[in-house]
Amino acid sequence: MTAPADLRAPRPRDAADLRGAPASFDVRRVRRDFPILDQQVFGKPLVYLDNAATAQKPRAVLDALTRYYTQDNANIHRGLHQLSERATAAYEETRSKVRRFLNAASDTEIIFVRGTTEAINLVAQSCGRTRVGPGDEVLITAMEHHSNIVPWQMLCEEKGARLRVAPVGDDGELLTGEFEKLLGPRTRLVAVAHVSNALGTINPVKRLAEMAHRHGALVLLDGAQAAPHLGIDVRDLDCDFYALSGHKLFGPTGIGVLYGKESLLEAMPPWQGGGDMIASVTFEKTIYNRLPYKFEAGTPDIAGVIGLGAALDWLGSIDSTACRAHEDDVLAYATRTLAALPRVRLVGTAREKTGVLSFVIDGVHPHDIGTILDREGIAIRAGHHCAQPLMDRYGVPATARASFALYNMREEADALAAGVRRVLEVFR
Amino acid sequence: MNAPDLGDLYQETILDHNRQPRNFGTLPGANRTAEGFNPLCGDKVTVTLHVEDGVLKDIRFQGSGCAISKASASMMTESMKGKTRAEAEALFQQFHRLLTGEPAPPDESALGKLVVFSGVKEFPVRVKCATLAWHTLRSALENAHQVASTE
Repeated sequence: MTAPADLRAPRPRDAADLRGAPASFDVRRVRRDFPILDQQVFGKPLVYLDNAATAQKPRAVLDALTRYYTQDNANIHRGLHQLSERATAAYEETRSKVRRFLNAASDTEIIFVRGTTEAINLVAQSCGRTRVGPGDEVLITAMEHHSNIVPWQMLCEEKGARLRVAPVGDDGELLTGEFEKLLGPRTRLVAVAHVSNALGTINPVKRLAEMAHRHGALVLLDGAQAAPHLGIDVRDLDCDFYALSGHKLFGPTGIGVLYGKESLLEAMPPWQGGGDMIASVTFEKTIYNRLPYKFEAGTPDIAGVIGLGAALDWLGSIDSTACRAHEDDVLAYATRTLAALPRVRLVGTAREKTGVLSFVIDGVHPHDIGTILDREGIAIRAGHHCAQPLMDRYGVPATARASFALYNMREEADALAAGVRRVLEVFR
Repeated sequence: MNAPDLGDLYQETILDHNRQPRNFGTLPGANRTAEGFNPLCGDKVTVTLHVEDGVLKDIRFQGSGCAISKASASMMTESMKGKTRAEAEALFQQFHRLLTGEPAPPDESALGKLVVFSGVKEFPVRVKCATLAWHTLRSALENAHQVASTE
């Protein structure tokens, strides 16, 4: 599967790869970096295809967490001692790594949060509450995750604003013409998934951002599913905010990132009050800290940040062009293999996809698919994928979702197909 | 290696009720109804009843769910028809024991063909699927209009 021009851009970190040695990606070698993959479940080799829920962690991340807690653990930004200096340095180095990963202009544009959900809530509560008023509109799409729906619903309810929803087509592609029609002078904010968690659709977010900006709206991209698969260049996309989760990006749970354009973050009021986000406090008045600390109240997930840094370092050691080709190959192969089976219907067949294969089987509920595959050692997700409105759109209560990461192989797609054949046997 | 077998879960009777659920639909003239949700997976079921003189004269269910939840609802409606409220509660308790082993193993003679659900016990994440309709029936009996949840 090929990507549109704006998505085919190489990740910033691998610009050199394109000019250098021929692309190479040895999936078996990559798998050796993930200790968890080497195990049996119900006597069968584990086939982990639930990566859109959370990805597994390379040993480098596990080692970084152990190293931090065994050697450097201290609170940051205030200790005068050696351990605090080391912890602070590792924490802030990760900020620079994230800045490079996203090609942001400045470290001050990188805010550490708990995850994508918290990043979106931060923007809704801080930026949204100052920019959205009665009669204004917030535009999302029909393929959003609940975490990119509910924060905007809450905001709209509070402000008397209106939530508009751009529809998707039968194949799972956003109807960009409809999206554009829904933009207007009242549109204050636009929030769109870069990649759909339930369908795998890659949205043409650069084009959508252009459209939104022509109407003066700010643009937030939910990058939770895109970050593990695509090169991200926030300056090229020209989005105003970009949110991602560390745990889907081979890092620890509990850590995520909000990127925001500096001028916008400067103008936004703090969201949470507490330690580290202040410059000085008296009972009369508090002076807030500068960016990015203004948005990082309280002791952060220091270990999580350092683990995320290790994940980005590990990703940086991978030839991302070759990796993307491998991922595209495995997804295309799995798609072909599954589509050839009787009674199987794919949900989400957009031209531009990554990572996700959602399907239903005629006469079999996805939970039963999930249970039977589990007994074959295959981990998938069965359910509504926190996208109930999207399930309604396709007239299904749920789907079975196999989601792939860079360490998955064609052999695992074969195992999935064999598991689905077993489902068809049980449910004749 | 894998102790509980899939065949223990997906017994032929269960698959049959999944394919052809009995008493499926909405009962005209029902005087009790309740909705049940499993927020974990989005499964939902509506149970409609006609209760007269403390007896479950008729019962139907409607909803979407997995084979376990559908078959369980279907077989529940068959087992419950004609039961008094006390008998219904006793059967609920026996069914609960069958699936969880708590507080004690069930009296299998009281369960009749419902024992086909004994395999569910070995699949803990599926216990809620099997009990959704039963919790819904229970809340319909307790109150005229209720929403039951597995959580």
